This record gives sequence, C-alpha cells and structure tokens, in this order.
Amino acid sequence: MSTHASTAQPSYLVDTGARKGLMAWLTTTDHKRIGLLYLYSMITFFFVGVGIGFVMRLVQLTTFQKLISAQTYNALFTVHGVIMIFLFVVPGLPAIFGNFFLPILIGAKDVSFPRLNLASWYFFVAGAILAVLSLFTGGGAPDTGWTFYAPFSLKTGTNVSLAVFAAFVLGFSSMLTGINFITTIHRLRAPGMKWFRMPLMCWALYSTAWIQLLATPIVAITLVLVILERFFGIGIFDPSKGGDPLLYQHLFWIYSHPAVYIMILPAMGAISEILPTFAKRPIFGYKAIAFSSMSIAAVGSLVWAHHMFTSGMSATANMVFSLLTMIVAVPSAIKVFNWVSTLYKGSIDFQPPLLFTLTFIFLFCIGGLTGVMQGALALNVHIHDTYFIVGHFHYVMFGGTGMALFAALLYWFPKMWGKMYSKKAIYASWFPMFIGFNMLYFGMMILGMMGMPRRYYVHLPQFHTMHVVATVGSWLLILGLVMFFGTLLYAIFKGEKAEDNPWGGVTLEWTIPSPPPLENFEEIPTITHGPYHFEQQEAK
Amino acid sequence: MTGHVHRDDFGSRLGMWLFLVTEMVLFGGLFIGYSYMRYRYPAEFHHGGGELNATLGIINTLVLLTSSLTVVLAIVAIQRAEKKRAMAFLGTTLALGLTFLVIKGFEWGAKFHHGIYPNSHHLATMPPGEQVFFGLYFTMTGLHGVHVIVGLGLLSVMLWWVATDRVRQDRYVHLENSGLYWHLVDVIWIFLLPLFYLAA
Repeated sequence: MSTHASTAQPSYLVDTGARKGLMAWLTTTDHKRIGLLYLYSMITFFFVGVGIGFVMRLVQLTTFQKLISAQTYNALFTVHGVIMIFLFVVPGLPAIFGNFFLPILIGAKDVSFPRLNLASWYFFVAGAILAVLSLFTGGGAPDTGWTFYAPFSLKTGTNVSLAVFAAFVLGFSSMLTGINFITTIHRLRAPGMKWFRMPLMCWALYSTAWIQLLATPIVAITLVLVILERFFGIGIFDPSKGGDPLLYQHLFWIYSHPAVYIMILPAMGAISEILPTFAKRPIFGYKAIAFSSMSIAAVGSLVWAHHMFTSGMSATANMVFSLLTMIVAVPSAIKVFNWVSTLYKGSIDFQPPLLFTLTFIFLFCIGGLTGVMQGALALNVHIHDTYFIVGHFHYVMFGGTGMALFAALLYWFPKMWGKMYSKKAIYASWFPMFIGFNMLYFGMMILGMMGMPRRYYVHLPQFHTMHVVATVGSWLLILGLVMFFGTLLYAIFKGEKAEDNPWGGVTLEWTIPSPPPLENFEEIPTITHGPYHFEQQEAK
Repeated sequence: MTGHVHRDDFGSRLGMWLFLVTEMVLFGGLFIGYSYMRYRYPAEFHHGGGELNATLGIINTLVLLTSSLTVVLAIVAIQRAEKKRAMAFLGTTLALGLTFLVIKGFEWGAKFHHGIYPNSHHLATMPPGEQVFFGLYFTMTGLHGVHVIVGLGLLSVMLWWVATDRVRQDRYVHLENSGLYWHLVDVIWIFLLPLFYLAA
C-alpha cells in the first residue's frame, strides 16, 4: 500500500510495530483494523447463513419427498437464525463501520478503550466458535428456533446449553462495544464538535450503544437461567415446579425486541451519511433524525410483548402493546420523510452507494409497513407464526439492515482500502439481487397470507407454486450476492487507486487520505460548523 | 499500534459506571422474575422467607457494608500516598469478603442438609410457590456470590498493584473502579436481604 504524499504517517494497512503480518492484525488495538477483523469474520458467517438458507429453500422445492430429515430441517432454521442474528445483523454495522468510522467522524485518534475493543472482537470470535461447536457436539444441533422458547428448550436433548452460552458470550462482546462507543462519544469529540455538529451516524451509534447496554444484560440473564434450568432444574420457567414459561418469553423479548433497533438504527445512521453526499445538500431535518434515533431507542424498549399476542396475555396487555407498537412506527417514518426530502431539489449524483440506499428505503418501507400491519391485534392473530412474519422480518433485517450495510460498504470502500471497485459490476449484481429478493420474501408474505405456517418441514400442494417462486428467487439473490462480494474482493487486490474524496463528501473522513493514516489525523481538527456543510465547499 | 499515549481517568470511570449499569440490568431481569412470582405466590414467599436464617443474613450485610467502607479507606490512603495503610485496608476488605462467602457457604450447606436444593426430592414435595422461592433464592444469591468472587479477584490484583506501585498517589483509577465494582456487589446484596430474608 502506498502512503499519501502529504502525510508523514504511513497508512493503517502498513505494519509499523514489532509484529508483522497476521500477528500484527490479531494483536492490533487500532480501531480501523479491528473494524476490518469484524468485517472479514462477519461476511464469512453471513455466507454460512446464506448457504443454510439456500438448503432450506431447496427442501421446500418438493412437497413431501425431502433431501434431509425433519430433525435436520429444525436444526437448519435454528442455526440460520442464530448465525444471521447474533453473528451478522446485530453486531454488523456498529462493529464494522462503528469501529472504523466513529473515531474518524468525531475527529478522534481511536476509541476510548482500544484494548477493550480488541477484547470485544475476541469475545465475538469465541462466541462464534462456541455457536459452531454446538452443531457438532452434545446431543446434536439445537432444534428450538433461534428464540429458545421454554419449556421446549429446557427439555430437548439437543445441544441448547452450548448454543445459549454462545449467545451469552456474543452479548458480552456487544455490551463492551456499547460501553466503548458511549465513552468515546462523551470524551473524545474534537474541539468544537458539539453534540449537534456530530454526523448522524454518531447519533445512531450512540442510541444503539444505549440499547446494547440496557437490553443485552436481560437476555444474558435469561440465557443463564435456561442453562441453570437445564443443569440444575431450578424451576423458574418450569410449570411443574411452579414456574412460568411465559416469563421466559417476556424476558427474552424485553431484549430481543430492542435488539431489532440495535440492528436498524446504525443502518439508518449510515443512510443519513450517504444521502447528503449524493444529493449534494445538507440532510433535511438534522435534529428530527437525531431525536428520532433516541426516541426509537426509548419507545422501542416498550413494545416487546407484540411478539406474544397469541401466547395468552390479558386483553389489556395486548391492547397496550399494540398501541405502543404503532407509535414506534412514527419516528421511523420521520426518518424516511427526511431522507426523501433530502433528495428533493438536490443535485443528485447517481452512484452505486445511492442505488443501494434507495433500495434500502424501498425495502425498508415494505418491511416497516407490514410491521405496522402485524401490530394490529385482529390481523396478527391470523398471520401469527406464518410465512408472513418470516417475509416481514427479512424485509426489515435483510432489505433494511443488510442493504444499508451494503450501501455503507460501497460508500466507504474507497476510504477503507484506498481502492475503487468496478461500478458496472456492482450495478450488474444489483439486478439479480433485487429481483431475487422480492421474489423470495414477497413470495413468503403471500404464502403467509394463504396460511402457510413458519418452520414447517412439509407443505400442502396449494402452497407449492409460491414455494417454487420463492426458491427460484433465492437462487437469483445468491447470484447477486456472489457477484457483489466477488467484485469487492477483486477490487481489494486489483482495484484502481481511489481518490481521497471520490464522492465529494464533506464529513471528516473525506478530509484525510485513503486509506487513512495510522492515527487518522495529522492534527486533531477544530470544528466550526455542522456536518453537512456543502455551501462552504462550493464557495471555495 | 499503541502509538497514542492518552490517559483519561474521567473516561475510565465513565466506562466503569456504564458497565455497572449493565450489571444492574442483569440483576434487574431476576428482580422482574422475583416480583412476578411474588405477586403470584405471596403466601408461599412469606413462608419460604421464614425458613431462611435472618440473623446470618443481617450479619453478612454488616460484613459486606464494612468491607465497602474499608475499600474507600484504602482509596483515601492511596490519595495520601500511605501505601502500607492502603494495603492493610485492602487486605481487610479481602478478609471480610471471604468471611461473607464462608457464612454464605454455611447457609447453603444447612439448606442442602435439610434436602433443600434445586431439583431435590424434598423440594418437589413442597408447594409450587415455595419451589420457585428457593429456585430464585439459589439463583440470585448464587449469582451474587459469583460477583463477590470476581470482586475479590479484582481487589487481589489491586493489592498486588499497590504493592508493586502500579497503583499509586498519581494513578489510582483502577483501584477506584475496582472499588466501584465492590460497592455494586454491596448494593445488590442490600436488595437481596429484604427480598429473601426479611420476606417473612
């Protein structure tokens, strides 16, 4: 890697310490390298999850004659969920782009606790290894679904304890990252970087970090209780001992619903960074977006029981949670209106990151609106635990967080590696990805409306056509993904050298060389204005 | 890549406080479970509390509160550069923490002796509400005990660091943070005492 002419510091990709090569990476405390470590490990697990999803779709190509046993199918949907949620979607954006860009965006040299940051990555890897081990040891791969619902998770002979412990360790990694980010934002902002001069990505990461802090411990203790229950039979979730399985569901969703916002808020932050750059104008409603992040974090913590409308809660509880669920859609909609308004009368420079950003907005709107549908009690009872919910959450998590992650990757790729990818190849990968995505997940929603229950091994003949459509969609989607990541991988090695500011962005990361130097800034900058200050640039 | 020589004691304390928030929420999950179950089985919880030894519980509270005081005194001593006194106070804290664990061990031992432990035959003959009471009792005091052990580990390291001058008058944020953790252990116990021992 070449160093930039105007700086004495070498790029962060050059080994300067005593250790070289792989060891230098595995012992690094540089937030940028840690971000890349997360990226490489997460993309690997993402493709493992994709592979499992591919097999599950193949199973549904036939009505009764199957490639694999029913027990294996149960294990597959459990492991697909555990990998995708705990190893990719929840930690994805904060761990990769939060680590890499948070310090740069606020004008700092690193996070507050660099060694703790590396430790978080090791916790992540340890959790990932445990999760994989749980497939091959003990009583076989867990078959409970990623939600580990009691009482089945307490009674099944499969290796639930190890899988649950893996999730516990991953939660620890997530919490430590949250602590690091909050402290960094409070303590290390550059002179003049007031709260409302921070780029919106930082606001998103800040609110995410608070959810990580306040919600993750609840799932940690819940999972510990499952382990204690399995080993010692303490009886808190066991009705035969006076316990209550419904308590498990409450404790689980008290975390796992806010976790949905851990997944989506950083995605929204990245989108709020990308749009102004390509519309060449300041974001519309900066404060509204910043506050809506915080209010999503707050209201989103009070809606967990909408996962449990059919579990036998009181009618009052159902109605309260239904109302709160509808309310939480408001701050999300505020963001969508602001993003669209940012484009209005902008001078739009259409580039691959913007394409994926618009894809995010489109798919996220479908995912969000179908979410409001399910918040309505009367409808929820009918489509509960059908393919409708499976289609819905893939729209939000994959169409939302996944597409935003791809957009962020395309946006910051030239900065991270100092290379530029082939834009044509990226556009080419978008078509199969977008068409396949909608065939697969819209197909699932139609199946759900028709009455196809989720997690079923076999299906009735009337569902067959849509299952075939969805499966063909999954092939197109995977083709698009392979083309997308193939293009980027090629660009890392053989791409053309990227400029320092290829998109004409105005936030701090575009003021430093690509790839960034070791300590980010020659001199810590002094900030005199808000983050999206395009007028001044034109005046130059 | 440790090029940055950057020290931020306030930041370190902030990070520790945030970590303590996660610890409180961790126990918070159990407190939610406790409130729900107590609402469901008020009479059984009342009866279960009567079977615990409140005297030992109160003695243990005093032991733990005193140990919190000695850890503060150790920090004050370090601020005044009185190394020996700081080590003496830390040693006292460790001794008090161990005392707490020993008393706790006797309590648990007595319960086991009476056939009250998770999944026991004797427990299975008791009413469901009391089974849940003891399930929560062992889980919550057990998790608290784990935190006492972690805290003792931290304070032992601090004792070593004071002895080797890694913690000293101008650099004692690690000791302060370990002290904060120890206070958390203390505070959680203050909630456990009335919920279990004084429930009768």
